[in-house]
Amino acid sequence: MSGDVSAVLAKHQHDPTRLVQILRDLMAAQRHLTPQDLTAIAKGLALPRGRVEGVAGFYSFFATEPRGAYRVLFSDSITDRMAGSVELRQRLLDAFHLRLGEVSRDGLLSVDVTSCTGLCDQGPAMLVNGVAIPRLTHARIGAISALIRASSPMEWWPENLFSIHSHIERRDQVLSTPFERGEAVRAAIRRGPDGTLEELQRSGLRGRGGAGFSTATKWTACRGAEGRARFLVCNADEGEPGTFKDRVLLADHLELVLDGMTVAGHTVGAKKGFLYLRGEYPFLVQPILAALEERRHERWLGSEIAGVPGFDFDIELHVGAGAYVCGEESALIESLEGKRGIPRNRPPYPVTHGYLGQPTVVNNVETLAKCALIASHGAEFFKLRGTAKSTGTKLLSVSGDVARPGIYEYGFGVPVSQVLADAGAERTQAVQVGGPSGTLLSRSELGRRIAFEDVPSAGALIVFDESRSILDVVESFAAFFAHESCGFCTPCRVGTTLAAQMMGRLCHGRGTRRDVKDLARVARQMRATSHCGLGSSAGNPVLHALEKFRPSFDKALASHEVVPSFDLDEALAPAREVTGREDEGAHLTEEAT
Amino acid sequence: MSDATKPGDAPSLPTFTLDGHDVPFTPDQTILQAAMAAGHYIPHLCFHPEFKPHGSCKVCTVKVDGRTMASCTTQARAGAEIESSSDEVRDLRRNLVQFLFTEGNHFCPSCEQSGDCKLQAVAYELGMTSSHFTQMFPDRPVDASHPDVLLDFNRCILCELCVRASAEVDGKDVFALSGRGIKKHLIVNAESGRLADTRLAVEDKAMSVCPVGVILRKRRGFRVPIGQRTYDARPISEVAVDQYRRATRGDE
Repeated sequence: MSGDVSAVLAKHQHDPTRLVQILRDLMAAQRHLTPQDLTAIAKGLALPRGRVEGVAGFYSFFATEPRGAYRVLFSDSITDRMAGSVELRQRLLDAFHLRLGEVSRDGLLSVDVTSCTGLCDQGPAMLVNGVAIPRLTHARIGAISALIRASSPMEWWPENLFSIHSHIERRDQVLSTPFERGEAVRAAIRRGPDGTLEELQRSGLRGRGGAGFSTATKWTACRGAEGRARFLVCNADEGEPGTFKDRVLLADHLELVLDGMTVAGHTVGAKKGFLYLRGEYPFLVQPILAALEERRHERWLGSEIAGVPGFDFDIELHVGAGAYVCGEESALIESLEGKRGIPRNRPPYPVTHGYLGQPTVVNNVETLAKCALIASHGAEFFKLRGTAKSTGTKLLSVSGDVARPGIYEYGFGVPVSQVLADAGAERTQAVQVGGPSGTLLSRSELGRRIAFEDVPSAGALIVFDESRSILDVVESFAAFFAHESCGFCTPCRVGTTLAAQMMGRLCHGRGTRRDVKDLARVARQMRATSHCGLGSSAGNPVLHALEKFRPSFDKALASHEVVPSFDLDEALAPAREVTGREDEGAHLTEEAT
Repeated sequence: MSDATKPGDAPSLPTFTLDGHDVPFTPDQTILQAAMAAGHYIPHLCFHPEFKPHGSCKVCTVKVDGRTMASCTTQARAGAEIESSSDEVRDLRRNLVQFLFTEGNHFCPSCEQSGDCKLQAVAYELGMTSSHFTQMFPDRPVDASHPDVLLDFNRCILCELCVRASAEVDGKDVFALSGRGIKKHLIVNAESGRLADTRLAVEDKAMSVCPVGVILRKRRGFRVPIGQRTYDARPISEVAVDQYRRATRGDE
């Protein structure tokens, strides 16, 4: 067994539920996982080897083949592309004579792409050995190339390369109310669990992760469920392209979130809470760990919190490893248990059968921040904002073609047009609300309101002006879903790939009428028969665009007649590569085809 | 069959309707299980009567009171109106089977499993005449390392039956899944990645559950001539119901 493996296993007490954390630590130490490592880990955790290999093969950030000493992953969200990421990526590749996905011969560098890294307000962005670098420019790529070429250790790289800005552009209740550590916990202790639940019920708070389920109902169900122990999970795995509000909440309002988690623990009777942080936010790990340590020291975490006998609660940080599907609550729980992030069959729901089969509440970061606010200031204060059915405020992540991308907090019910005006959007063609799985709004719909009863959303607004091609947007979203499908169910596993392939053909002028027809067929199939929300919403971008931007599709058709769905000359490329030929005779010209 | 499901007692059980027929069910049954027990076939691939419903292939999709659900994992509910053989539901199922044919490499005319293959039989049952979508032609090398068993991954539909059988019945965990999305694939439990280095034996349950032709006994090929195989004689709608009843009679 290599020294790295035994040290990492010991650090995690040979606990199989820590498998994702173990693989993360090992990746950080040695850049890739060898077959021998996987065997040793399986032995050390008393798991079947195939199970460990299956987990290693599931998460994007794990590599089972050698990668460069510097592993660069370009964020490949639509907003990164709009800000020029494709050109910057090519520049880095050219500088090292590399192709995407390859490792340089000296083993120094590998370059690949990854899904949205949540830096949409300061893209294009990349991860170098897991560390985020935002605001890429040609100058920054040049500097990074030089550092890599010199094999400069990343600790020596200029610190400003890594600085992440919060860009809070509009503050309402959550972002402007002063808050002191422990304030909400103290209020929750004063009210008691029943009182807190009552207050929460009166507030009408609905989950801010997108689904909008009543938080009080969830907590009540968990509190009343039979089990050996109860658990609380804060879902900070925001992976929806265009969403970055949780990143900002955790960076600037961490105390509110941690208080919210502790209030939840107190109310539902959980002794243990998990904060599941997406792997793309490594810069938040140290601040969170430090805050947790301070809280333990000040008795806001641990046993007998605030001196109350029996009030025991602690929080463990779990970091993801690149899998959007883990934002789905039951997949997240699987991941917390050290497994592949596959959504479970429901019922039973996590509130009765969650983490390790025990009653578990999973709440979004913003939801928990609001719980703290409600505990501190009461339901009436909370209901000052929002509509009757959507009480309170919503944090919106605004990116794309706007002058001031960033976080905007409004009371629910705000018209999309007002957000656009405040963010400085001009000549807007379309807005994607709620990320790829949400709703694509055309210009004529900008008067619609952000609220559960109108346009529900986890809070992402990506703005596209008239210069953008809607097909490119849909293609990017289709590729995202194909990359992120867990592969469990047939409709999503195959449907997302088929949709991405057809969109790719349309964007490259090789689409056919049949593709347009089949796109709708595949999208409806996914919506009707998929296993979880990822699959059932994966067809939304295609269906919304077909409904609202049909002419874009028709214009993309090269001909109304039959067009070969592949490029004949391109299909000969492998033959040219083996024969080393590049002469005219090795190419098909238009006339020849 | 338990006493509770004897025909004479049937009226005392709650029922749902399947395409207008009353179907009785016991509290532990899902829609698919109750339908099969009552002699109504609902096409399926990842479901197996001896294993806990899995719900991944979605071929058993039905409409329950207007909502599409996987019938294998949806608990039966008294009074539910279930639609299983409408054109709309059959279209959804056919699309899924076409998806499976598109993502793998399925060449029925040259396949040893032809005539015994559930994927092929379900495709016939659903009136599928082509895979319709652009074939993906994945590169999936076979594993012939084991002395008695050949693994042909080209035909894998990722139902996980072998994974489940090896873990739950054989206690060997020979099979597992790795990768994600369209790159999800079957792996074996060995550092070398070779079947020969696992504990698989021909007597294992995992040898007999594959609905397609991935796990094959060596030196048995074409012993039963094409034309005389399981689904050559009778359609899967009849065979599957018989098999279900045989399998569930024992443990009730």
